[in-house]
Amino acid sequence: MKVGVLIKQVPDTASKIVVSDGKIDESAFKWVVSPYDEFGIEEALKLKDAGKATEVVLISCGPARVVEALRQGLAMGADRAIHINSDNAELDPLTTATALAAVAKEESFNIVFAGKQAVDDDCGQVHLGVAEFLGWPHVSPVEHLDLGEGFVTAKRPIPGGKTEVHKVTLPAVIGCDKGPKDPRYASLPGIMKAKSKPLAEKKLADVLAGKTVELKNTSVSLPKQERLHKIIEGDAATAAKELARCLREDAKVI
Amino acid sequence: MSALLIVVEHTNGTVKKYSLELASKAAELAAKCSLELIALSFGTGAENTKAELEQYGVKKIFAASSFNTFNSEQYSAALVQLMQEQSATCVLGSASPFGKDVLGRAAMKANVALATDCIAIDCDGGKLKAKRPIFAGKAIVDVSLESKVQMATLRPNTFPLQAQAATAEVVEFTPAAVASRSELLNVEESEAGVMDLTEADKIISAGRSIGNADNFKMIYDCAKALHASVGASRAAVDAGYIGHDHQVGQTGKTVNPSLYIACGISGAIQHLAGMRTSKIVVAINKDADAPIFQHADYGIVADMFEVVPELTKAFHELISE
Repeated sequence: MKVGVLIKQVPDTASKIVVSDGKIDESAFKWVVSPYDEFGIEEALKLKDAGKATEVVLISCGPARVVEALRQGLAMGADRAIHINSDNAELDPLTTATALAAVAKEESFNIVFAGKQAVDDDCGQVHLGVAEFLGWPHVSPVEHLDLGEGFVTAKRPIPGGKTEVHKVTLPAVIGCDKGPKDPRYASLPGIMKAKSKPLAEKKLADVLAGKTVELKNTSVSLPKQERLHKIIEGDAATAAKELARCLREDAKVI
Repeated sequence: MSALLIVVEHTNGTVKKYSLELASKAAELAAKCSLELIALSFGTGAENTKAELEQYGVKKIFAASSFNTFNSEQYSAALVQLMQEQSATCVLGSASPFGKDVLGRAAMKANVALATDCIAIDCDGGKLKAKRPIFAGKAIVDVSLESKVQMATLRPNTFPLQAQAATAEVVEFTPAAVASRSELLNVEESEAGVMDLTEADKIISAGRSIGNADNFKMIYDCAKALHASVGASRAAVDAGYIGHDHQVGQTGKTVNPSLYIACGISGAIQHLAGMRTSKIVVAINKDADAPIFQHADYGIVADMFEVVPELTKAFHELISE
């Protein structure tokens, strides 16, 4: 079974977001593999460990620095990577999905994993598009996956404390949520091996089929949230009563 | 006339509050851009959504009543078919798991732009402009959509309800059959009768210092007096004190209530990411230096085990059933 994993390189989640002139200052960013995509890599490698997957291929679309994220995935244990070099061109979910699907189509995957959403733009749309363009079913977000003969059983949480159980005949796209086990760390031997694993380069223009960006980010700002910072004094009973009064009379939320 | 199509969600005919918020905003946009406001509703009881939806300006409801088993490909194909049949130039849904999935796939199928999880939206010269959170809410991005047909999902609990009486017509919608290799086998219930936190207007949460699962009863009692839902930090969930469905934060739910009470929660960035947009935040923590106080409107520096029961009493006195 051949497994593909779509990954995105994003700023580390602890990064401070600095905005100047409506743009995000990227200079201080530490770039990492998007955390939910790491769970995708982990699911793929679990299949490899179990002898079910013969090859795990990573695909990522983005500027030159994305190669670093692909090497990180190769270091975790993936076999091969493909970088679609966007050369800093503007992207949106539709163009990214088009590019990734075009490359995935050439690979004859049995299953494609991706994180349920990237932790920078939080869109969660790209893997849905890849499934649509491949003509495959998708299930997302998935918190638990079991592999059967030619199918997977995927558990998808829904509101109200419920879980949908989907049976999907492969090939399919799975959008990974946080799994029961944290993704593995890359070992030192893994990091060394990663340097010589195959990493192919493709040009974005060659896989876009003329699609252009139609969802444009025009300006970024920081949310304004002035909190009152009011500390309520007194013993438990007094403070509780006063808080309740504030919530009713001042804040008017109860 | 071109249409503005909204995808509404309901449970046996009772429309979700966030769908009414969606309808309210959509009615405003439809009037501004001269579009006819129509709705698509899936599942048994879809036709019963008429009574509520027409109070919010919806003129026509397409009821796909036979759609009771969720399947991403089939539901998104049905939406695209209706979009095209009704010449919908604007399609809106809610940023619920259902909405994000169905509209997300439909946008790709129809090859059009979709702005998801919008906290503000407007149409300007027939084009949608919206604001959406990025980096788990650490920043807000202004987006503009350029495609001929434009789609967006709106964040629940963000847009106000705005009644706008109309008379709605209900039409049964039977989309063309679409084959799918995915089958919903069943729906498991881990916790009966839990309201989704993302829909809750008031939430009281506890952190790991709650100590054990039984102690959550204190939180539940306060929630009952407050008519609130119960949330938790990741640490409390990881420790097994409460189910993952209650987790608020970066790897849990993003909530947007009018009131969020954080008990024994330190205020880690990852937790804040999930409740940052709450209208009013209350922090109750023994540690005066806990970061949560920087992000709270009201704070009580005390042991939650002493304060919360008193708060329950105070709420009982103040709030009627």
